[in-house]
Amino acid sequence: MSDVGVIGIGIHPFGRHPGVSGLDMAAVAARRALADAGVRWEEIEFAAGGSDAAGNADTSVAVLGLTGIPFINVKNGCATGASALATAHAMLSAQTADVALVVGFDKHPPGAFNPLPEDWGLGAWYGETGMMLTTQFFAMKIQRYMSEHGITASTLAKVAAKAFRNGASNPNAWRRKPLSEQEILSSRMLNHPLTQYMFCSPGEGAVALVLARGQRLRDAASRPVYLRSVAFRTRRFGSFEVFSPSIPIESAPSPTVEAAAAAFEQAGIGPDDVDIAQLQDTESGAEIMHLAESGLCQHGEQELLIQSGATELSGRLPVNTDGGCLANGEPIGASGLRQVHEIVLQLRGEAAERQAPGPRRVGFTQVYGAPGVSACAVLSR
Amino acid sequence: MSLAAARPIADGLFVEAGGELRLLGSECDRCGAVTFPGQASCPRCTSTDVSDRLLARRGTLWTWTIQAFAPKSPPYAVDDPEAFEPYGVGYVELPGEVRVEARLTVADPDQLRTGMAMELTLIPAPGVEPDVVTYAFRPVDGEAP
Ligand SMILES: [Zn+2]
Repeated sequence: MSDVGVIGIGIHPFGRHPGVSGLDMAAVAARRALADAGVRWEEIEFAAGGSDAAGNADTSVAVLGLTGIPFINVKNGCATGASALATAHAMLSAQTADVALVVGFDKHPPGAFNPLPEDWGLGAWYGETGMMLTTQFFAMKIQRYMSEHGITASTLAKVAAKAFRNGASNPNAWRRKPLSEQEILSSRMLNHPLTQYMFCSPGEGAVALVLARGQRLRDAASRPVYLRSVAFRTRRFGSFEVFSPSIPIESAPSPTVEAAAAAFEQAGIGPDDVDIAQLQDTESGAEIMHLAESGLCQHGEQELLIQSGATELSGRLPVNTDGGCLANGEPIGASGLRQVHEIVLQLRGEAAERQAPGPRRVGFTQVYGAPGVSACAVLSR
Repeated sequence: MSLAAARPIADGLFVEAGGELRLLGSECDRCGAVTFPGQASCPRCTSTDVSDRLLARRGTLWTWTIQAFAPKSPPYAVDDPEAFEPYGVGYVELPGEVRVEARLTVADPDQLRTGMAMELTLIPAPGVEPDVVTYAFRPVDGEAP
């Protein structure tokens, strides 16, 4: 069993913050995490962090103090935060350090991400003819999934309504206005079957975590939440991924399936034991598919689970209790660590207005992104 | 629309063979994996022994969406959101070969469903040059959605 735990968490609110740089937000989150852990920056023995578009994380040490520690910059697309977490977890597990800081932050301009075919090994024709859009991929993946597994548009809308409801009670969330299922369904159709309010937007924000092992973990000021495992996988041949002019008929499971299975196996904890989960919800359909890909339910079971309220705050398996990407936006480097931040708050019982009731012992996080990467973590009290 | 009077948007995507329009893919000589567009190495077994393959003209719609907002330009060829008309995009499964992503000739969700029969065709490519074409799939005539 892992001897590594989270002893401090810090967040800079998500949203839009004109005049505040990504690195400024990272420093705020780091100071908050250190204060929460009751640890001084000079005590940190190892750090890892990154952003996708807002600079090198180790530049933040100039703000926090130049203490000479090993700092690994991570830039790994949508898995940036999770890769930093995996790196710190591995360093602590190997007893290379006893106390580590992990930080993820980002600052994206308004509007959708604007990828270019040349950067993805594709001909210019792919973009010129109007197929170089991530939103199209998400729509086509859930469209197929809905026809195979009987998921309805109402369920897509319920996922988004839940996100905005949870976001409304999260002071760090970007979108804090509840929206009804009907408002979501009747918002502008962007890529059938997904409407405007079913998609998240690129945003800004930062999250930091202090991890510890051994005696430093046992001496922690707050009751630690153990980081039982972190697993990271990329796509295999046959997985349906974004920006694919063709896909093989012989299909392979999504990288989430393998990352989740590995995370559960390393943790010695099964998906049935999970009390609360934070799943990648780039759009409503993603949360639905990731529930099953992670092993938290069977394919097709989501329709009943979501319609019956099982994934609501008060349900059997609350999902995206902080509002997820839909209510927080997606600053790529910070997104994965936000999930861990929320699990720690919930397992500590400190989530205030949005605290899931009842004893919650095991938490699960899952990030997924282009071009087919997924990272999962299991945490427990 | 025939290729004879038109210019393909890119080389190596589609050709006229035996009087018929065909997509040009590749097939791995070792494991048989088919890709579109053709690749110089196999994404399944990493072999570099691959051959050109003319893909089937007909297949079934595996999934689809409607692009209802103007894509950013670049990479989209047209930078005129005011004049934008929605278009369909989907993956068409060519039996025993591969699923190909393509523009669809239909942009009405009521006329599309997974599993319907589709056939290869050409459409004008987005942009200012009227004689440039790209590949697309259209519902097979008589196929009710
Ligand atoms: Zn091969």
